[in-house]
Amino acid sequence: MIRFRIVKRKPVPSWAKVVIPVAAIMVTLILSAIPILFAGGNLWKSYYYLFYGALGTRFNLLETFVKASPLLMTGLAVAFAFRAKFWNIGAEGQLLAGAMTATALGVSMGGVPKALVLPTIIVAGFLAGGIWASIPAILKTKLRVDDVVSTLLLNYVMIHLMGALLFGPLQQPESSWPRSSAIIEAACYPVLLVRSRFHMGILISLASVLAIWFINKKTTFGYQSKAVGVNIRAARFGGINTTAVILWTALISGGLAGLAGVGELCAIQYRLIMDISPGYGYSGIVIAMLGNLHPVGVFFSSLFFSVIIVGAQTMSRMTGVPTYIAEVIQGMALMVMLIFLLFTEFKIRLVRK
Amino acid sequence: MGEMLDIAFISGLIGAMMRMATPIIFATLGEILAERSGVLNLGIEGIMLMGAMTGFLVTFTSGSVWLGVLAAAAVGMLLGLLMAFLAVNLGLSQHVSGLGITLFATGLAMYVYRLHFGSPTVPPIIQPFKQITLPILSKIPVIGPGLFTQYSLTYIAWLLIPAMSILLYKTQLGLKIRTVGENPVVADTVGVNVALTRTLCLVAGGALMGVGGAFLTLAHQNMFLIDVIGGRGWVAIAMVIFGNWDPVKGAVGALIFGFLDGLQLRLQGMGVAISFHVFLMIPYLLTIIALISVSRRAAVPAGLLKAYRREEKGG
Repeated sequence: MIRFRIVKRKPVPSWAKVVIPVAAIMVTLILSAIPILFAGGNLWKSYYYLFYGALGTRFNLLETFVKASPLLMTGLAVAFAFRAKFWNIGAEGQLLAGAMTATALGVSMGGVPKALVLPTIIVAGFLAGGIWASIPAILKTKLRVDDVVSTLLLNYVMIHLMGALLFGPLQQPESSWPRSSAIIEAACYPVLLVRSRFHMGILISLASVLAIWFINKKTTFGYQSKAVGVNIRAARFGGINTTAVILWTALISGGLAGLAGVGELCAIQYRLIMDISPGYGYSGIVIAMLGNLHPVGVFFSSLFFSVIIVGAQTMSRMTGVPTYIAEVIQGMALMVMLIFLLFTEFKIRLVRK
Repeated sequence: MGEMLDIAFISGLIGAMMRMATPIIFATLGEILAERSGVLNLGIEGIMLMGAMTGFLVTFTSGSVWLGVLAAAAVGMLLGLLMAFLAVNLGLSQHVSGLGITLFATGLAMYVYRLHFGSPTVPPIIQPFKQITLPILSKIPVIGPGLFTQYSLTYIAWLLIPAMSILLYKTQLGLKIRTVGENPVVADTVGVNVALTRTLCLVAGGALMGVGGAFLTLAHQNMFLIDVIGGRGWVAIAMVIFGNWDPVKGAVGALIFGFLDGLQLRLQGMGVAISFHVFLMIPYLLTIIALISVSRRAAVPAGLLKAYRREEKGG
């Protein structure tokens, strides 16, 4: 009898790290045909408009970068946390913390010298996200509260905190809608290319890729953070202060997500609204996994998902397939990638019995 | 605050507590079953949303709420099976597999709903479950009317609590499930099929999660809104920990959450001058505080989160 046997592959060959995510994306795109056909969409037309909508014109291409920016930040946030096995599912709440802080400062810094406004907002937004993420990190390290559950629940606490503020202190005077006043001009991210929304936040997210790559590869902290993720007990025996490492990891991870919120507020919406984030924090999980938790991988996977999200708008308009196809594709991509990751770590061998 | 002590208020609050606890009880029992067999199912939030959407859609087209409940259970079972394929058969990370299922199911629920109903200005509605008043019991002063004027799904949820306890602690199957969850190697040695047991628990647990979601669109409300679950799946995960993986204690946690949720709704209705968002926040905050109080003495099933591959025995 012939049986399949799963055998561990070590070390993971380097070609696999590139081939596997690309293959996963191809398979996901092929599987996407099922919901498209289910919706009665013409397959070729749908795929054509998916990519045309995202890449076909100068404006659409730049919009793809605009959309990729928050995805890249939350993707980096999740990847950096997951690498240390700090299960931060709370990027959504941390993003909102950043956006709320940016709003509070952005509407009230009228008397401050212009050159100070944006740096203050960026630092404060980073800290807000980081501090919000450090709560579950403290709960995890000091009180052994499961981080998956606490980060998830804190998302809902933050959403309702935002709701309370938008119906309270942050609400635009004389408005009955849950929305804030517009931020002052000095608080807006500069737009870098004419006739587009290509803004400074995109450069910040690209710089973050480099920064995280640098931390991961070149610093002791990056090494310690990874060591905690690989084996926390061994790290502790090796003399690493694991509590401090997890806390700092959470602070950086949450800070990156906070910056995603600052970007959405100061470059896209200019005022706080309830749906400031269509789930960027959750998409970050998929992006981090598809990018193999590596900053460069996260960069490419955030671009891919941005193409899907931006392209789905055009596809929906032209073929009638609901835009939620983008969410379905994200979910499928995560599962396909997981299965493909199995092939990087293991190989299937036929065994004769 | 004389109103607070009003008998009608108390009775109404008890009724609301029972109603709001129902979806959490279903979901918590489903998750306990999965986790007792050694698999953390973070797909719960998405499975509940798919259950809520499917139940609504089937009831809308067929006119039968019970057919809707059956469909919600069926879709929950399918997603449970998918979770089993990823986390049990392939042995992938339970955390990420579960989140994948939640993301996929959430997207799918919205996609299918939009496909079927388009984007109407007024959301379509169904004829929901009617509350059933139990004779005699509902005549008990103060607590009777609230406790015993409920939807049939609420009564079923209450019957499921002892049923799950008996299954886990008093039956041969329950012993197998617990052994698989505590020590799969031992279970395998004594001839229990680890993969099959875990798969069955995920499938049955998925059915309960699906029905829990459907309660929200078929009884609590009569329409489907995208944020209808609103984190209740994650609350159920917290309740499993709070209840120390025990069905009765988990249900107590669900009841406390139901009480807070019900209180929040009542106070809103009374026009208390605090933003309703503050009230909406309270159940989640208290759930986190409850987790803090129990996490130190948590008795996690020893085999939880560990994939089981025969070849790696001892490794």
